[in-house]
Amino acid sequence: MSATAVTAKELLLVEAVNDALHVELQRDGSVMVIGEDVGRLGGVFRATAGLRDRFGPDRCVDTPLSEAGILGAAVGLCMAGWRPVVEMQYDAFSYPCLDQLITHVGRYRWRTGGAMGFPLVIRMPYGGGVRAPELHDDSPESYYVHTPGVKLAVPATPADAKGLLAAAIRDPDPVVVLEPKLVYRTARGAVPEGEHVVELGQARVAREGSDLTLVAWGAMVAVCERAADALTGEASVEVLDLRSLKPLDEEALLTSIGRTGRCVVVQEAPRTCGFASEVAALLAERAILDLQGPVLRVTGYDVPYPYWQLEDWYMPSVERVVDAARRVLAF
Amino acid sequence: MVEQGLSRVIGVEGEPDRRVDGLDDEALLAIHRSLVLLRTYDERSVVYHSQGRIGTYAIFRGHEAIQTGVVHALEQRDWIFPSYRDSAIGLLRGLPAATILQWWRGHPSGWWNPEDVKVASICVPIASQVPHAAGLAWGLRLNGTDAAAAVLFGDGATSEGAFHEGANLAAVVKAPLVLVCNNNQWAISTPLEAQTAAATLADKAVGYGMPALRVDGHDVLAVYEAVREGVARARSGDGPTFVEAVTYRSSPHATADDPSLYIDPERVAADKERDCVPVFEGYLRRLGLLDAERATAVREESLAAMRAGIETAEAEPPGDPELVFSHAYADPPATLARDLEDLLRVHGR
Repeated sequence: MSATAVTAKELLLVEAVNDALHVELQRDGSVMVIGEDVGRLGGVFRATAGLRDRFGPDRCVDTPLSEAGILGAAVGLCMAGWRPVVEMQYDAFSYPCLDQLITHVGRYRWRTGGAMGFPLVIRMPYGGGVRAPELHDDSPESYYVHTPGVKLAVPATPADAKGLLAAAIRDPDPVVVLEPKLVYRTARGAVPEGEHVVELGQARVAREGSDLTLVAWGAMVAVCERAADALTGEASVEVLDLRSLKPLDEEALLTSIGRTGRCVVVQEAPRTCGFASEVAALLAERAILDLQGPVLRVTGYDVPYPYWQLEDWYMPSVERVVDAARRVLAF
Repeated sequence: MVEQGLSRVIGVEGEPDRRVDGLDDEALLAIHRSLVLLRTYDERSVVYHSQGRIGTYAIFRGHEAIQTGVVHALEQRDWIFPSYRDSAIGLLRGLPAATILQWWRGHPSGWWNPEDVKVASICVPIASQVPHAAGLAWGLRLNGTDAAAAVLFGDGATSEGAFHEGANLAAVVKAPLVLVCNNNQWAISTPLEAQTAAATLADKAVGYGMPALRVDGHDVLAVYEAVREGVARARSGDGPTFVEAVTYRSSPHATADDPSLYIDPERVAADKERDCVPVFEGYLRRLGLLDAERATAVREESLAAMRAGIETAEAEPPGDPELVFSHAYADPPATLARDLEDLLRVHGR
């Protein structure tokens, strides 16, 4: 605990990301930011604004359009002692980098018998609901979290956007950070100034309740909070924000379900093999006697993310979450 | 069959031999030891495979000149990024034969620390080590050192996106890198003309704004000279160089391959006439640096290293089950410890 009070300022989520990058590049001279349009422009969402001016063109680098090449280069930069923070411009534009992620990023440490570390970060805006063209809307967490050797965090609040990114940058392993672009400029909250770290693997109880737990991450946390509001007077609803999918805070999940006995998991990604399925499987394995009803999933569908005039039908809505909650409560 | 227009040091078809500036007799003999060590490693590995003592093995016979030329043109502080075809290149940086044999035996003591010898791990997928080399070389430049890197890959790799992305990025950031393409004209069963419509692979370098050199890959000194030129450019801050070393794959792709289904045996026989080891030994003899006694001694030294290597490898106990889990993360999720405990509960040790 710090002896002096930490002051906080009100920031948008994307500003908190920018703040984290400034603080971490200042703190550690081996941290560098690389990606498409991150330097001169400061990122298409301005997440990296000001870094090139402050830290120079060698610490905030505009790269060629080359997602696999950028991530592959980040592997080599780690071997030279750097800690690259790679921006992928959009969720679905990151898919070419899965080649490097799966074949090398998640394996290289193991391949050296633990002798070399690869403390790199891949951060990207993710998710739908922003009226964007095709392939600007995906929730790719399952691809990343399924990859051994790689960790994954998803903030829902400005303070966590800063703290989880700082933790990812300081982590000795490769970490993917998915930033909910839907709330980049709508989520506003108090963010501690200066160094602020939110340890990976610690879920957050966004709202306490005793009848049902809504489990979510990223932009779906706010949807769950609105659903909890809608259920006021009907049920006492807990909202658990996982914050990091790997490592997963299993104890927080089991504690919450041990108290409520009912669970709905909400994700934007398509249903099949989504992370909600992992949560449901875990509860089946470790909490079967605590459960008062089935674990339900409210998810995107097993279809390509639709064009934006249809996207509101695809995205988990407050109504769908409330409906699932009522079905579990009535079981 | 001798391709025209390739840079050579060792004379062919009546041309005179040259000496390479800066390579004294001692350095030439060191190159010879490296060539023979790699040749012996490869020959013995094929035998060990047939005896069931190592797993499937990617043969590199005929490509020792490229690997040796690269390593000798670099300093100890310079990095090497091998493809699987260059699996034993670490021998020339002091890695024990046992380590590489264990890699091919699928044993965890085949792991090494790349930092110790500045040799990256063997890259099994094609071309995806090129961006690593670009990134590492870029990082070396940012660190303010004058160290450089070399990355080895084959002709087939130049069709991969990873080659393009790595080469392009290396050129843009002026990475001190030499890209060494072993053009042995075959990617398993796919011939060069089915791989690319480019007249030469060196032509590809034009698109990246980097210079290219084409050399005879049977000629270790031609490879050495070209890579040394690339390294000099790299150290002076002028960025990457592409070296196309033209050879022929006169052996199967790997121990599991049957090249009789696709390759021209006459062309293979012609290439064996130009085998890089006797070609260099002829050069040394003409200089009066090698006689039968020395040739035998060098060969015996290499064989002894291999005998010791396989004995060490085979004497090693099987890896502990902990090793399945222990190096995947520096700071692992708690689930891994639980999984190990459960594995040991069911299977014991």
